[in-house]
Amino acid sequence: MHIDRSPGVMDSKKFQALVVSKWKVSLSLTAIMLAVYFGFILVLAFAKDLLAVKIGEHMTLGIPVGILVIVLACVLTGIYVFWANSRYDKSVQDVLKSMRRR
Amino acid sequence: MDPMITSIGQPNPTSIIFFFVFVSATLVITYYAAKKSRSAAQFYAAGRSVTGLQNGLALAGDYMSAASFLGIAGLVSLKGYDGLIYSIGWLVGWPIVMFLIAEPLRNLGKFTFADVVAYRLSQKPIRIAASIGSLMTVCFYLIAQMVGSGSLIKMVFGMPYEVAVVIVGVVMIMYVLFGGMLATTWVQIIKAVLLLGGATFLVFLVLLHFGFSYTELFKQAAVKYGSKVLEPGGLVSNPWDAVSLGIALMFGTAGLPHILMRFYTVPDAKQARKSVFYATGFIGYFYILTFTIGFGAMVIVGQDVISKMDAGGNMAALLLAEAAGGTVFLGFIAAVAFATILAVVAGLTLAGASTLSHDLYVSVFRSGRSSEEEEVKVARMATLALGVVAIVLGLAFKGQNVAFMVGLAFAIAASANFPALLMSILWRNFSTFGAALSIATGTTLAVGLIIVSPTVWVDILHNPLAIFPLRNPAIISMTGAFAAGYLGSKLRPDAEASRKYEEQKIRNYLGVGAE
Repeated sequence: MHIDRSPGVMDSKKFQALVVSKWKVSLSLTAIMLAVYFGFILVLAFAKDLLAVKIGEHMTLGIPVGILVIVLACVLTGIYVFWANSRYDKSVQDVLKSMRRR
Repeated sequence: MDPMITSIGQPNPTSIIFFFVFVSATLVITYYAAKKSRSAAQFYAAGRSVTGLQNGLALAGDYMSAASFLGIAGLVSLKGYDGLIYSIGWLVGWPIVMFLIAEPLRNLGKFTFADVVAYRLSQKPIRIAASIGSLMTVCFYLIAQMVGSGSLIKMVFGMPYEVAVVIVGVVMIMYVLFGGMLATTWVQIIKAVLLLGGATFLVFLVLLHFGFSYTELFKQAAVKYGSKVLEPGGLVSNPWDAVSLGIALMFGTAGLPHILMRFYTVPDAKQARKSVFYATGFIGYFYILTFTIGFGAMVIVGQDVISKMDAGGNMAALLLAEAAGGTVFLGFIAAVAFATILAVVAGLTLAGASTLSHDLYVSVFRSGRSSEEEEVKVARMATLALGVVAIVLGLAFKGQNVAFMVGLAFAIAASANFPALLMSILWRNFSTFGAALSIATGTTLAVGLIIVSPTVWVDILHNPLAIFPLRNPAIISMTGAFAAGYLGSKLRPDAEASRKYEEQKIRNYLGVGAE
């Protein structure tokens, strides 16, 4: 099927909405990752004792927090893939359909 | 455990057998891959036939170097909690790759990340600038890997350093030269599966020892070496140093040419995003395993034995493998470490060769007028040349302190490659002059500042006081690269490039016209 690639021949409103939603999601997730990682680093630099607090006989708070940062990185990428597969790809199909129609 | 009874450092028959099985199997794969590595898309991008899961494993294989396996396990075994902080830094760049880079890169480019930067801009200046950033990243990373592998193999197998470097170089050249990206990808996949499998089994043995209780593991560590091993120590003392290193690791991952190149091996952006998800999962799991292995080695082997073998703790995982699983398992893990080195240097060499051939030869010297056969031929010659350079550099830097080169490679990737790539994707008015200035500023600042930083100026050149206070320059060099890109684009705008932005957006977000 022929697809016209010039910008004038598509539902530009839908396309703009798609671009905006993509960066809304991407930048929010990026902001969460940055805040969590650099927050962790700053706690290490300025309030290290917080992570040395004992939550068991020997276990410190730092260990679950550290593991949580690793798990969070994986979860955030998972959220992005889930969003992109379910929402983003559908919007892309919508815009492509509008390009074929004209 | 008595240090005298370890067989590390002597030729171990099991490890030699495992290693030969690995090399023979991968060379057989290379032989079959060679038949499918004739066109440029086949040689550079495995015919874009790799699935998301396969590429996720291969990305993990590219990223999990011997240094991150043996080095981090060693760091944990000697310093405890600080090792975990260190490994977290290596993981957090992956979500950034996913959110900002992976899909646009796949949709806009062909074989290298310079394809994306040069999409709307003047080819020649951008290709030249991007090649410099790319080649410097690859070369510093490669030197660190070659020197590290030589000393590692010497320590594990008792083989002379020079022999080890030459073997690694020659086998790696065979993979890339004949099998291109397809063989390199399968080497990465096999290595990743072996490494994850071996580390999982090692963790199983550790947990078996402690009745499958982490509480018991941490308790014995604290009883033996004090509760300080479960608390943050001195790793993050200067907050600016830590933030700057964090920036280098986070954004550098999104600018490593051998990682970025892998996104062209999948058929579309959907598979590209899937592959980052799998890669992040595998690498995160791997770091949790190395954390456990480090604590296991601390308790089961003991810190005195580990540091007696190697002051940096690099033998901790191997000593643990021998103590918990016997000589046969030690042989297996040692062979996996060797395979790991081979896979990482193969990926780096292929990335360097594609820059030399695709960006410099085809786009600059031949102004894009080169046949595909010619391009692949040049890529193979570049592979051979880079392989020889890697061996020579590996021999030349014997015994030198090259650990800083990995940090430098990440700083250059975060400063020279990442800002230009991101601005070309996101900013309509990004101009040719702005891009070239950004890459030049990022490279110069990263290299210049690290020379006058404590890392090189004090530790290597033995001057009493550093001129630049931070150990990693990324916080300044990356900010400088973004500023230079902005100012350069304002000073010399590029009307043609701004006009093409709408077309780029359609290809970027809808995948229309993606190769």
